[in-house]
Amino acid sequence: MDISKEKLEWIYTTMYRIRRFEETMLEQTLKGNSMGVAHTSDGQEAPPTGICAHLTDKDWIGSTHRGHGHCISKGLETDKMMAEVFGKATGQCGGKGGSMHISDFSKGMLGANGIVGASIPLAVGAALTAKLKGIENESVGVSFFGDGASSQGVLHESMNLASVWKLPVIFACENNGYAEATPSWYAVSAEDISARAEGYGIPGVVVDGMDVFAVYDAAGEAIARARSGEGPTFLEMKTYRYHGHFHADDTSKYRKPEEEEYYKKLDAIKHFERTVSKQKLMTEKKLKSIRDSIEQEMLDAVEFALNSPMPDISTLYDDVYVNYSNPIEGLR
Amino acid sequence: MTTSKANNPLGPGYDGVAGSEMRFRDIFRDTLQAELRRDEDVFLMGEDISGGFDKDTKEPLDAWGGPFAATKGLVQEFGVERIRDTPISEAGFVGAAVGAALTGMRPVVDLMYFDFVTVAFDQLLSNAAKSRYMFGGQTKVPLTLFARSGAGTGHAAQHSESFYSMLAHIPGLKVVVPSDPYSVKGLLAAAIRDDDPVFLVNDKKLINLTGFVPDEEYIIELGKGRYTRRGTDVTLVGMSYTSVVCQKAAEQLAEIGIDAEVIDMMSLSPFDEDILIESVAKTNNVVIVDEDTPRASMASEFAAVIADKAFDHLDAPVKRVTAPHSPVPYNSGLEHAFMPQPADVVGTVKNLLGRD
Repeated sequence: MDISKEKLEWIYTTMYRIRRFEETMLEQTLKGNSMGVAHTSDGQEAPPTGICAHLTDKDWIGSTHRGHGHCISKGLETDKMMAEVFGKATGQCGGKGGSMHISDFSKGMLGANGIVGASIPLAVGAALTAKLKGIENESVGVSFFGDGASSQGVLHESMNLASVWKLPVIFACENNGYAEATPSWYAVSAEDISARAEGYGIPGVVVDGMDVFAVYDAAGEAIARARSGEGPTFLEMKTYRYHGHFHADDTSKYRKPEEEEYYKKLDAIKHFERTVSKQKLMTEKKLKSIRDSIEQEMLDAVEFALNSPMPDISTLYDDVYVNYSNPIEGLR
Repeated sequence: MTTSKANNPLGPGYDGVAGSEMRFRDIFRDTLQAELRRDEDVFLMGEDISGGFDKDTKEPLDAWGGPFAATKGLVQEFGVERIRDTPISEAGFVGAAVGAALTGMRPVVDLMYFDFVTVAFDQLLSNAAKSRYMFGGQTKVPLTLFARSGAGTGHAAQHSESFYSMLAHIPGLKVVVPSDPYSVKGLLAAAIRDDDPVFLVNDKKLINLTGFVPDEEYIIELGKGRYTRRGTDVTLVGMSYTSVVCQKAAEQLAEIGIDAEVIDMMSLSPFDEDILIESVAKTNNVVIVDEDTPRASMASEFAAVIADKAFDHLDAPVKRVTAPHSPVPYNSGLEHAFMPQPADVVGTVKNLLGRD
């Protein structure tokens, strides 16, 4: 296997961090410590991890309402993420954005986005910046979206733009089989969404989205293509969302238990553990020490979020604009 | 080369400055050119902004030079990377422009007709306007968009709207409405240099008008209105092309002994509350003229501010002269009736002042 020891450790750490962040955040949300709606991505750890393993802070990613895994893969800190979900002043967006708008521009993360498909052209725009500045070799745009967004017009406009302008873009479709409660077999007109990319002159690749090594390899090729000026690639990663669409969504109303069991057998983290142990790439001791450190990190993140102050009410009026000469305050 | 007249609409400080009479469309292009030269992060995107490519050489033909030739000749100087023709996909390329703005560029987007705003509306509302706020001030969106509004050219219901109120309603967006060659030079430069998303709405009826433009580089501060005529009997408030309508109405009113003051708002978000209050405090009467439809409009917003903050100065109710609550019709007679005309303003002022 052509992955360095450090990269393997990073991959395991990242996937386990995503898994435990989502489980912890869900538990805290159900306890009432979160201030709103949260969408979990546990089960879908492999796609963002396998892709972001190839990226640096100079590369940009666009994300979705189900964005925690993208954030973690791009290097955001879980304490500030948890604080944002809790609506605290120390959160990644000062409590202004919440789970659906976590972002960190210093790490090349263009923001989770609450409108399905809306972040796709943002990643195309980031790639356009790279092209205009002549830095495609060090700054690509990755657009994460799901099977639901594959039906949005803006994806198709974005694919066409990226293709005719030969931009360094990766269209990273996490097909988890469901758009909210609607199954993709009902809502998506193609067997493989990636086949649609071919119509725009973009290579479309189907990837096992429960296998981080498969994602890592496919993403490596796609990103190398982008960096060398050969244009966009579409990766369709077939994956599975363990929990509901949002924190209070009961999947038993629209998914069969056998289906959920089937995917749990394919679990991306267990698959990684089996693979590295079979190939003697990492010891169980090392894996456990990573897990233990993440468990502690989650305890610390919750404590940090719980103990953080609320944003000052005056911040309500901050940052609508860089500058604006009319009052922002509401009329009284 | 000429110099501005003593009683010019540019206000104090512009008497005798060097400049020339120019067409609106020409100074618009010249301003884009100056900003493209000034800052290499500025680039232009839109449908047919150069227009057409040679099939063999792939070189741009500049066959259109943009809708209404607004960008003619720019591709020769700046090339196809910075004068970037787009496919017809407003949501896609406006979204890409937002992404470019978030990552360090200063994109300028030509949306052709103002009506096409709705095709790109999600990107404008959900991404351009909200990114700074919802991400807690981490980022900014230095994006400029422009498009042509207005009835009067036979473009019918889907190419003639003046719904700038719809944009002014959105926190995070700024909206400016030049009314002559002088104001478009200063507002377009200010918009491109501004760190927030700014939409410049440009009425089609202005494109071939001429006016005095100072040679010197200047910007007009966003959020400032100006007096284009001083008077004592009634305040006429115009924006975009209705500033021209108000000027014409004021000239007709002068003939019957009514001394009207004219305010050209220039910016709709933010807008100049002070100039409205100051003028109404002097004239005690106000008529707001707007080619947008009347419900939830800028005319209504200005009326509300005057009623709230200048109530004691009013001798009569605040009056509005607007388009009807209807789409824009095609037939030229219907279209003429749709748009506020100088005669409509004169009639409203005469009623208001009891001068029938």
